[in-house]
Amino acid sequence: MVAPPAFSCRRAGSESSHSSSDSTTSIGTGYDLSNSIFSPDGRNFQVEYAVKAVENGGTSVGIRCKEGVVLAVEKVVASKLLKPGANKRIATIDRHMGVVYSGMIPDGRHFVERARGEARSWRDQYKTPIPSDQLASRMGGYLQVYTLYQSVRPFGITAIVGGFDSELEAPVDGEVGNGPSVGAGGKAQGKTYGGPKLYMLEPSGLYWGYFGAATGKGRQSAKAELEKLDLAGEGGENMTLEQAVKEAARIIYVAHDDSKDKEFELEMTWISASTGPTKGLHQEVPKALRDEAERLAKAALEGDDEDEAKDKMEE
Amino acid sequence: MEFGTSGDLGHDGIHVDMDRLKKGEVNLGTSIMAVTFKDGVILAADSRTTTGAYIANRVTDKLTRVHDTIWCCRSGSAADTQAVADIVQYHLGLYAMTNGQPPTTQVAASIFQELCYSNKDRLSAGLIIAGWDERHGGQVYAIPLGGSLHKQPYSIGGSGSTYIYGFCDANWKEGMNEEEAVAFVKGALREAIKWDGSSGGVIRMVVLTAKGADRHLYLPDTDYKVRHM
Repeated sequence: MVAPPAFSCRRAGSESSHSSSDSTTSIGTGYDLSNSIFSPDGRNFQVEYAVKAVENGGTSVGIRCKEGVVLAVEKVVASKLLKPGANKRIATIDRHMGVVYSGMIPDGRHFVERARGEARSWRDQYKTPIPSDQLASRMGGYLQVYTLYQSVRPFGITAIVGGFDSELEAPVDGEVGNGPSVGAGGKAQGKTYGGPKLYMLEPSGLYWGYFGAATGKGRQSAKAELEKLDLAGEGGENMTLEQAVKEAARIIYVAHDDSKDKEFELEMTWISASTGPTKGLHQEVPKALRDEAERLAKAALEGDDEDEAKDKMEE
Repeated sequence: MEFGTSGDLGHDGIHVDMDRLKKGEVNLGTSIMAVTFKDGVILAADSRTTTGAYIANRVTDKLTRVHDTIWCCRSGSAADTQAVADIVQYHLGLYAMTNGQPPTTQVAASIFQELCYSNKDRLSAGLIIAGWDERHGGQVYAIPLGGSLHKQPYSIGGSGSTYIYGFCDANWKEGMNEEEAVAFVKGALREAIKWDGSSGGVIRMVVLTAKGADRHLYLPDTDYKVRHM
């Protein structure tokens, strides 16, 4: 094995992000020049820089409630020449599954392409939709490989995957015929299957399942807002999918509020159960509902501003 | 008329050697069936294996496990069906490990179908897949020669099945209990063995329910009346 490169170059402007105790070993020693070489304190700097790329991207949010999943993204308007509402950022992986990402958009497009391939190959082999946990696992593995080799760089995205695994019995795609008309015998009683699923995947390949997930520039305030919703407890239990859409819109507006400088568009998709508004499919939130959600989001922000103004007057 | 063993159309351009066995290949000239019932599903088969007129094995087990509570009945070429079942068993074992839960009968049926359809020119395999899982209960899928997939309340297959279509149609009931279902299956196979020269020997069964797989064995010595272990 070749000895670690002893270059004297400095990593541009990111020293402060590393802990100071190891400054003699981790600064300017060349450990950040490649994947596949650990720094002596056991870090992969390329992966950490990929996270930086994500932290500059437009905020993405995912909310999981009992009735389904909502995905939302703050789409920063890069140019006034771009057609409003075109250039969609949330992609469909399979009929029941979507993904939104923050960071480098071309990397995200490639992620989507691969995820669609995984969903397709699952269907080819098992003739049934891929379960969300399987898709997350396969894509986590895919991302991880890009942290191992000299010839590649990690993905500059963090992706939020939302899916609704069918709660119904799953037929084989294309099967003909029926079982007995009295129904199949010997089913376990009182059990439910499938349901709404939400995963977030990071550049390292790390992924977890979440009740609510946020990434990108405004992730900190977005996460603070998500935590207030108590999605893991009664909040998630009682929240309707429409409420989740409105919360997602509000949270994107709150997260954007911290950096008011640029114009943005709000893009939102949702997935419900087969009995819900999307019938188990991943679809764009209808314009009427999105407009209503945006109106409420703006009103909520103005309300906050009025409160602040009042506070000042009382001083 | 000699139809040959190549599987190609005969010289008359009409007749095909349907089971396409090579000269001397071991054949499961068979009676197999699977039925759904109240608590799950039952698979059953005779035990005769032939090479031409010679009985190569009189106590064959044509019921093959591909997962704990997913089994299949094999008919056609013994070699082909064993190979296909082995491949499916491998896939289902891997599926259970990577997925953290046992596969459903649908998953098994779709893997069987993919193998049978994509290799249809090279296989002679007529399969019945039957399984129990807690989500879908007991289910029966048939995969006949071309590799199509049919969900059925019950299914019969093999050369002996031609003799028992009437029996099954007349005696089949939905939602039977285990005792009734065993009696129905046994009655059907007794007729198939009686009339079909390529079927015979013992009757084997496996009952798949929430309790797992339970095997039955009935011998002609006791007129198929006593359950042996």
